Amino acid sequence: MTNLAPRNEQSVPAAITVGLDLASVEAVEASIDRHDERYLHRVYTPRELSDCRNGDGTPNARRLAARFAAKEATMKALRTADEPLPWQSIGVRSDGFGRPAIELSGRAQELASARGVRALEVSLTHEGRYAAAVVVAELGGAR
Amino acid sequence: MSADTSTAIREVVREHVRLPVDIDTLSDDADLFAAGMTSHASVNLMLALEDAFDLEFPDRMLTRSVFESVGAITAAIDELSMQNSDVA
Repeated sequence: MTNLAPRNEQSVPAAITVGLDLASVEAVEASIDRHDERYLHRVYTPRELSDCRNGDGTPNARRLAARFAAKEATMKALRTADEPLPWQSIGVRSDGFGRPAIELSGRAQELASARGVRALEVSLTHEGRYAAAVVVAELGGAR
Repeated sequence: MSADTSTAIREVVREHVRLPVDIDTLSDDADLFAAGMTSHASVNLMLALEDAFDLEFPDRMLTRSVFESVGAITAAIDELSMQNSDVA
């Protein structure tokens, strides 16, 4: 077990919420086959589409499935009820080391602010036919 | 129009959403998510409905409740069709 340095009391969050989601790679492949660009551009951000290409330029369904799971996991972590939330308003970007981070825009960003979200952490995985994501939202707390 | 719309929606659900039960065994009010529709399948359903009815769901309608039952989808499509006919 890793020993974590004690957190500065002023940075302790008031609460965290967690979202978890599982997505089928096969379902994403089927959607690409059936709806092609309409599906891709309705659901994923330009950055995600750029990050999830195979060497030949075709969409990488496994990586896209992980990003779809991340969108759903983020909605769960944000405790969305029945707010209209375009899928493109939640995106995953990778840094130079391949570490993923959640990027919010538009309605999702407004919702996160209203919920008092200070930070979001995401972890992605895929194995065989499935991809999964976990998102942790850090809420409020004294600075 | 709603009865015809409901029938057409059931066809789209049958073709594009892999429910573990026959859609015709479900009432118009039955919760499709509870019946096994995944959130990803709801994306396919939305795109297929747009094709079938020649319309586009605006962002304000991208909610779980709009796609959760045949009845809810029928109401949404009737509303959008009415708006389109007003514009035309």
